[in-house]
Amino acid sequence: MNKVVANADEAVKDIPDNAVLMLGGFGLCGIPENSIAALIRKGVKGLTCISNNAGVDDFGIGLMLQTRQVKKMISSYVGENAEFERQLLSGELEVELIPQGTLATRCMMAGYGIPAFFTPAGVGTEIAEGKETRVFDGKEYLMEYAFKSDFAIVKAWKGDTAGNLIYRGTARNFNPMMAMAGKITIAEVEELVPEGALDPNEIHTAGIFVNRIFKGEKYEKRIEQRTVRRS
Amino acid sequence: MALTKEQIAQRIAKELKNGYYVNLGIGIPTLVANYIPKGIDVVLQSENGLLGMGPFPTEEEVDADFINAGKQTITTLPGSVIFDSAYSFGMIRSQRIDLTVLGAMEVSQNGDIANWKIPGKLIKGMGGAMDLVASAKNIIVTMMQTNPKGESKLLPECTLPLTGKKCIQRVLTDLGFYEIKDGAFHLTEIAPGVTVDEVKAKTAGKLVVSATLKTIEV
Repeated sequence: MNKVVANADEAVKDIPDNAVLMLGGFGLCGIPENSIAALIRKGVKGLTCISNNAGVDDFGIGLMLQTRQVKKMISSYVGENAEFERQLLSGELEVELIPQGTLATRCMMAGYGIPAFFTPAGVGTEIAEGKETRVFDGKEYLMEYAFKSDFAIVKAWKGDTAGNLIYRGTARNFNPMMAMAGKITIAEVEELVPEGALDPNEIHTAGIFVNRIFKGEKYEKRIEQRTVRRS
Repeated sequence: MALTKEQIAQRIAKELKNGYYVNLGIGIPTLVANYIPKGIDVVLQSENGLLGMGPFPTEEEVDADFINAGKQTITTLPGSVIFDSAYSFGMIRSQRIDLTVLGAMEVSQNGDIANWKIPGKLIKGMGGAMDLVASAKNIIVTMMQTNPKGESKLLPECTLPLTGKKCIQRVLTDLGFYEIKDGAFHLTEIAPGVTVDEVKAKTAGKLVVSATLKTIEV
């Protein structure tokens, strides 16, 4: 089984305008930075991006905001981005805010083939407006739907040619759920090895969920809040 | 004297019990990690996907693949576990977290909390706060008793959009420790040097002063 494509440009070449994308990462940690660069080179427009955050002004999804390629963000927290704020206030950008656990689980349910689930997050708040509720064991829950997305773009540490993936550290975050959830899943990795080179016990995402894999050309791995203690 | 942020964190740290799994929010709650009592074994959860959060890294240890929920660089400890964010919120929803500490803009006498949105100002999002308050069984809210304008943050009803409804049982401010029950803030502990009159003046919601009111040890 060979899922390898030559590079990021090849991996994203058929993503059309107005596509719904899932993009892995939490903050700038574990984001598919090479694929984002390729989407900018391609110039695809009107994107809906399901991603926990929207990057910063000059990195991550923030770069696609600068080029006005994003129509809508579906996120849990979008704080750190001046261009984001400008586009939101001017009405150029639509934003749907979702509790983080609900966001993660809506991705997960899409990958598990389950159309909806019930969560207590947001009961009694404006998030609940218009949503079906049910009471289980005396507690109220909201019905939330699995996401539908055209492409999921994830970043892993190591992958093999068959698309099996291993993540590293907290760069795992939303990547495993999104990898399972895309109609087409694109994985970029720091290290690409032959099929059979990864220990089956250690694979986080099975290649069955991955359609295309490539080794990222370079990883800047920018840090948002560099916090250190004295040694 | 009202408590400092560090003193608030120190008081919270006394609530930690051996074997607790703890989720600390951004701001004052994060400081609690600096005051974990000796001999008490607690495990800190970071909801992006880490159980067993260690201290900040040294300059040499900094690794972009290891961050906490506040996006700060972080280290792991022997026994740490890493997982995805859906798994992480599974721990939260199924009530495996023994203590959750988070900040707030407003809390009501019915236990409602508002901490994510100010109408007219830029909305950043709720992150994991709605999931945490809806599911956690033991939550302490830490905040200043008043906002920068001097207005009470302990209210009959929240004025800001809610994060969760009837979910907060305890609040620690710079002036006192409160239990929320029967539609009132029950002042159980007071900061040293602070008078009950000052607390009354700075509590807009219904206040009940406990018959066994204690002074917070600092």
